[in-house]
Amino acid sequence: MIYRILTSALFAGFAAGLIAAVLQLLFVQPILLHAELFESGTLVYDATAGTPSFVERPAFNIQRDGLSILFSALVYTGYALMLVAAMAFASEQGHTTTPRQGIMWGIAGFITVHFAPAIGLSPELPGFSAADVSPRQVWWFSTVAATGIGLWLLAFGTSWRAWGGAIVLLAAPHFIGAPEPQMFRGNTPPELAGLFATRALGVGLAVWACLGTLAAHFWTTEDRS
Amino acid sequence: MTTMIKTAARANTNTLAIAFTALLGFGIMVMAGHLQAATLHDAAHDTRHATGFPCH
Repeated sequence: MIYRILTSALFAGFAAGLIAAVLQLLFVQPILLHAELFESGTLVYDATAGTPSFVERPAFNIQRDGLSILFSALVYTGYALMLVAAMAFASEQGHTTTPRQGIMWGIAGFITVHFAPAIGLSPELPGFSAADVSPRQVWWFSTVAATGIGLWLLAFGTSWRAWGGAIVLLAAPHFIGAPEPQMFRGNTPPELAGLFATRALGVGLAVWACLGTLAAHFWTTEDRS
Repeated sequence: MTTMIKTAARANTNTLAIAFTALLGFGIMVMAGHLQAATLHDAAHDTRHATGFPCH
């Protein structure tokens, strides 16, 4: 069992991590680098007179972007280990996963670790105002735990008590609310912040769809071998 | 009887394997995405922002 989980998760996680790295470098990183030009003062945002929206962006930086590729692979390998462990746990409970259901697992994972936390803490550009990191992390982990358990109960629960509990768990973090900054400050155009948040979420959804599909594929293939 | 014991033992091993891999994955995610140690933070900075983790 342990080898089956480990091999499925490592293959799926590493592949999804590389897909994540490519998509992030193509769609998310250029906006982050653009925002850093405002954070460092190289560009100055003038909300009244306007600021040119096109700049020359730095080329691929082997050290900086290489580390991003490595850490994307690590993060998604971590996620894959948890996802395949969840598939294995479901299987122990009598809920067999088929390769076609993989995308649903992936979307549920995306909602758990990206979408639900982003409702309170949108993906941040460097230099944006935010509350202290520790309370944000506490809210992030609590939201991920509540959403994950909530989705599990919604999917595998068999009574209204389970589904009611699921709704409470899914909604509670947002009624409690994420820690907010006391002041808004920063000199980055809001258009960049909006685009950064939506691109980060879009890439997250695409990668999690791949991760779910790959994890279910390897998990079921390993079962046959 | 022997079959029952074997089945129970396998179920326990499976639960342990599931818990171990889930914890391993959680540890990797926390290390790569959330620990605030300066070197880790700087190395993982862009990935943390792009993945929507609270960064700094």
